[in-house]
Amino acid sequence: MTMTPPIATTPLDQQKSSPASLTVYLLLGIAFGVVLTKSEVLSWFRIQEMFRFQSFRMYGIIGSAIAIAAISLALIKRAGLKSVSGESISIPEKMLGHGVRYALGGTIFGLGWALTGACPGPLFALVGNGITVMLAAVLSALVGTWVYGSVRSRLPH
Amino acid sequence: MEVWRSGPWPWYLAGPLIGLFVPALMLVGNKGFGISSNLRHICSAVVPGGIKYFQYDWKKTGLWNLLFLGGVFAGGFLASHWGTPHDVAISEQTRVALMKLGIHDFSGVAPHEIFNWHALLTLRGFVSVIVGGFLVGFGTAYAGGCTSGHAISGLANFQLPSLIAVLGFFAGGLLATFFLLPLLFRV
Repeated sequence: MTMTPPIATTPLDQQKSSPASLTVYLLLGIAFGVVLTKSEVLSWFRIQEMFRFQSFRMYGIIGSAIAIAAISLALIKRAGLKSVSGESISIPEKMLGHGVRYALGGTIFGLGWALTGACPGPLFALVGNGITVMLAAVLSALVGTWVYGSVRSRLPH
Repeated sequence: MEVWRSGPWPWYLAGPLIGLFVPALMLVGNKGFGISSNLRHICSAVVPGGIKYFQYDWKKTGLWNLLFLGGVFAGGFLASHWGTPHDVAISEQTRVALMKLGIHDFSGVAPHEIFNWHALLTLRGFVSVIVGGFLVGFGTAYAGGCTSGHAISGLANFQLPSLIAVLGFFAGGLLATFFLLPLLFRV
């Protein structure tokens, strides 16, 4: 029997969400789409500027996002807060394994990030921005994920 | 309040706002911030094809995230209709480098010469959109996350796997920027 690698970083055993909280996720998503647009992180030009190390802007955005998220997570852990839905908040650890999936998968995604100028959130926000050809990129990304699913057992993880 | 209306927002406003999505999703329903899982959820919902990776209850696991994603699309639409559109004010060095690559149109958020339906029939349009999109979908599934899941939530939680993934993101991005784009755009 072969070892199957851990399949997702998202836990699959989460409780079903209530309609009220589902509305909140939709609203948060809208806010995220607005931020992606107004911050210009969905711009191919900004991504090129970042990979050419010609502006601090993207590094400032990603760096301060990580800092704020880290501080918030630390505070949530320290206070032992529960979510509004009543679950105790657990932040799943990512399994390292051999680490190959992160290095290889990460590099493959990085190639796509620079080519499209967009990571997955921005791909969808760009369609909303009227760059409708990004629908083709979204479809192609779905094919990519599907192909990964079908060859997964043969890849090193 | 001028800063909210006129675009673009400065990095020190945009970055912290993005970071706040991590605790917000935790506090609403103990959810992890990560966009690329949605690609898997959509495959699972539409074409699971008997593949084990797609055999799970996508509604229970991912409905919240798919709604979040629908919101991202709607938010992109709203924000692009709000305020006057500006060209993206990239640095002069970047502009010069991109002009050398043959980019002439600097209006909008992405170069119109590459990102339009007709350009899909050109080599650079096809590779940028179709091949690039495929690599985004394959790579994020393989790595188990994208910028939101690894670079932001993962690094904020000091996860070594996420650090490896982010180094990979940059290795791939630099490779594409300095080797693939010159090959593609100069032909």
